[in-house]
Amino acid sequence: MWKNLMDWVEYRLPIMRVANMHAIQYPAPRNMNVWYMFGFLATIVLVNQIVTGIWLTMSYTPSAEEAFASVEYIMRDVEYGWLLRYMHSTGASAFFIVVYLHMFRGMIYGSYQKPRELLWVFGMFIYLALMAEAFMGYVLPWGQMSYWGAQVIVSLFSAIPVIGPDLVIWIQGDYVISGATLNRFFALHVIALPLVIVILVFLHIVALHEVGSNNPDGTDVKRKKGSLSEDEKTKYKIHEYYTSNYDIVDDIVPFFPHIVLKDLIGFAVFLLAFCYVMFFMPEMGGYFLEAPNFEIANPLKTPEHIFPVWYFTPFYAILKAVPHKLGGVIAMFAAIIALALLPWIDRGQVRSWRYRCGLHKWNLLIFAVVFIFLGYLGGTPQENWKITASQVATIMYFGFFALLFIYSKNEKCKPVPARITE
Amino acid sequence: MSNVSTDANDSSNAESQPENNTRRRFLTVATSVVGGVGAVGAAVPFIASWNPSIKAKAAGADVEADISKIEPGQLIRVIWRSKPVWIARRTPETIASLSGLADKLKDPDSSEEQQPEFAKNVHRSLKEEYLVLVGICTHLGCSPQHLKDGAFEQYVEGVSEGFFCPCHGSKFDMAGRVFQNVPAGLNLVVPPYTFIDDNTILIGSEEGAA
Repeated sequence: MWKNLMDWVEYRLPIMRVANMHAIQYPAPRNMNVWYMFGFLATIVLVNQIVTGIWLTMSYTPSAEEAFASVEYIMRDVEYGWLLRYMHSTGASAFFIVVYLHMFRGMIYGSYQKPRELLWVFGMFIYLALMAEAFMGYVLPWGQMSYWGAQVIVSLFSAIPVIGPDLVIWIQGDYVISGATLNRFFALHVIALPLVIVILVFLHIVALHEVGSNNPDGTDVKRKKGSLSEDEKTKYKIHEYYTSNYDIVDDIVPFFPHIVLKDLIGFAVFLLAFCYVMFFMPEMGGYFLEAPNFEIANPLKTPEHIFPVWYFTPFYAILKAVPHKLGGVIAMFAAIIALALLPWIDRGQVRSWRYRCGLHKWNLLIFAVVFIFLGYLGGTPQENWKITASQVATIMYFGFFALLFIYSKNEKCKPVPARITE
Repeated sequence: MSNVSTDANDSSNAESQPENNTRRRFLTVATSVVGGVGAVGAAVPFIASWNPSIKAKAAGADVEADISKIEPGQLIRVIWRSKPVWIARRTPETIASLSGLADKLKDPDSSEEQQPEFAKNVHRSLKEEYLVLVGICTHLGCSPQHLKDGAFEQYVEGVSEGFFCPCHGSKFDMAGRVFQNVPAGLNLVVPPYTFIDDNTILIGSEEGAA
């Protein structure tokens, strides 16, 4: 009876075929380590943001007059409104934490290299959409930092020659940041960008499953058809979509349940940290929710210091490091574009840093430190030494890419093992 | 109908194929162009709806101010886009004193973009006599006081007239330029404005832009 029903459905809608192809019989390298759980976590956080976001819109009022009060209403009067809002605000920061770790994983194991260039580029598109989504979401409570943060970010566009000032008015829908701006940001934050992000994530996963997952050794687990003996091929049942074109090495496990269970362990640890922050320090000392945002937006009163939220501060530091408005904006966008071009900047043939030269390991580690340092510089009050420091750090940021481009051409790498080692 | 399709098939398989391809290409291009024009046309309302609405335009409209009754040394206030705008008529002595303050100021030459191009001069205005400023301190947005006839002397020695912000003590000269060693970092903002005639200032538009 049950089987008949399932067959009836399957004949009309390929549920089992898709589940088999993309989970139950998807070949995942068996050495995927802790770095490989952040994609899964990012998906979970995305679901959290969508669900809590829908619930928040039920009580939020998108207007300059009522937005601030409606957020307070959610916090005080709506049952569990405080929890839904903290799930959403903590989720926003958690999203960027897991996405940054996910990206760094891609960098250390060379997951952007051939043939995963498009996969990486789609990831960068998701990152960009996510930044726009987070920025517009931060405007919605209509606190002081919402208002002045929006002021700073939107006025970046005024640096564009000729059309800049008119473009700013067009974006704002007014001559200043106003209720018109708030309402359109609400529409984009709640409908347009989530749609874009979900579609991009879908394409990201389709592209991933087309080329297959990388792994910490960077060794291919998909081999040319007929190149492996029966002994070397995996004994697991892998979907014919993969096996019909390739031989799959005996170094893989099916994604479900093996990788999913591993990811769930990671998820449990993540939830522990997430809940600790959400319940005990939802403002994270002013980093997740900034203090001036507990005051209603006032166009006549500038806060003493205006910072973006922590996940934008590295790029904000680069913006401020360049003593020229347009130049700063260009440098900031170049910093993101450079990341997107990584598959072509890195001319190396070896993926994982395990088998690449010592210089590469140091380059990556210093890049990570510089990125965090830039975040510190962009997120703390301006001081004289910080201007010089952020200029040096900006040069080091771009230096990572320049160095990589130079040494990756004729890099002395260790031999990559033919099979996964651990 | 079946006759027509048979004819089409026959002709496409025949030697007349190149001619048909040209036609087909023409039709493809023509359809794409017409469709593209339609798509661009359909995009217009979506893009234009982001422009300021009539309500926003009315609230942000230019403001006219009558300056015929301002005495030398006097300052009037008008409201433009919810912000206080000062119009001050400077005395000849005040104008003469402006050029001698450079070493006490943070940005005497107005190199920061706090004014339209036309006001990037020592008196930061279109006409020497009239100073037009947005009356909001560049530090934290309080509205500074206009102190004259020596009342400013207690804050900056030897300067008899200027602006003093009561909130955190920022000081500005009679061109809105910020003095050194005060919390504000930038000169006061000069809004875009133009003279309609000798007695009327239009705040919000520059010469020619209106």
